[in-house]
Amino acid sequence: MKYLKQFGIILLVTCIGELLRFIIPLPIPGSIYGLVLMLALLIGKVLKLEDVKDTAQFLIAIMPVMFIPAAAGLINSWPDLQPILIPALVTTAVSTFIVMAATGIFAQKIMHRSSKEENNHA
Amino acid sequence: MREFIAGSATFGVVLSLVCYYLGVLLKKKFNSPIMNPLLIGIVLTIIFLLVFKVDYEDYNSSAKYLSWLLTPATVSLAIPLYMELDRLRKNFKAIILSIFVGTVISLAVILVFALIFGFSHSQYVTFLPKSITTAIGMSISEELGGIKAITVAAIIVTGILGNIIGESVLKLCRVTDPIAKGLAMGTSAHAIGTAKAMEMGEVEGAMSSLSIVTAGIITVILANVFAMFI
Repeated sequence: MKYLKQFGIILLVTCIGELLRFIIPLPIPGSIYGLVLMLALLIGKVLKLEDVKDTAQFLIAIMPVMFIPAAAGLINSWPDLQPILIPALVTTAVSTFIVMAATGIFAQKIMHRSSKEENNHA
Repeated sequence: MREFIAGSATFGVVLSLVCYYLGVLLKKKFNSPIMNPLLIGIVLTIIFLLVFKVDYEDYNSSAKYLSWLLTPATVSLAIPLYMELDRLRKNFKAIILSIFVGTVISLAVILVFALIFGFSHSQYVTFLPKSITTAIGMSISEELGGIKAITVAAIIVTGILGNIIGESVLKLCRVTDPIAKGLAMGTSAHAIGTAKAMEMGEVEGAMSSLSIVTAGIITVILANVFAMFI
């Protein structure tokens, strides 16, 4: 019964997310509405962590496998990818490097500043 | 055989699971970041379909049930985020600002490359969500008119690359603060980068997993703005 209840709650929140996607005319995936709604329900104590935790963790644990069907669709998308293969690889590799370096440096600077401020207050 | 695969309710799911499991075994044996179970699972699935001349549509007639689980699984990402909320509250402004800056830079870099290479709108939005978690990135690409399968491939390549180069890049940039390291890994290389962040330490891992969903949500909003530029 426990898993049925947990899965039921997750599906209900997911369904409300899809409903919001249907009503609100923005290109935002229904799953994101569901995610934010689920977070709000937890923060607002409408739902307890135990009401969803086990099933949610199970779904997250098996999530990688869920990407295989979409990625195997590369078979059909290959004609789209082939002409831009090199630009695609360059874009992917260089942007990963830049984002990692920039985020790290920025975060470190700002963390130092905020911890200094705290020390000054003390 | 073709009729069997097209009519089966489980074949595509079983094939995907077996290929993924082989990836897990290879990862255990060689323990290298290239041996990513998801990457191997995808490659083996594609090889199987090509070798046995199985139509993608026939495979997907049952494999789609795996994709079906993706929406509730994405909603479930709220649970680990909720569990990390206390850590988030402590340095709320600094953390959110860092992830926000990282996300803007990610989108801006993709825009610059798209302009350099002359990408079409569809090609451009395919790569826009490449640094965030597959579940969210895939739906953004779909909503904006990108090519979903290529987005998934770019996201996975990004994750694996981030996992491999993470330690050297952070060292090179003299990033030593554990919170900053975690934010950098999660914002640039989502869940696969987070696996590396967890090896670096507990704070790094927690910050990185926090970044996955936060960067994902920020990207949902900003990608819609950036999508208008090309």
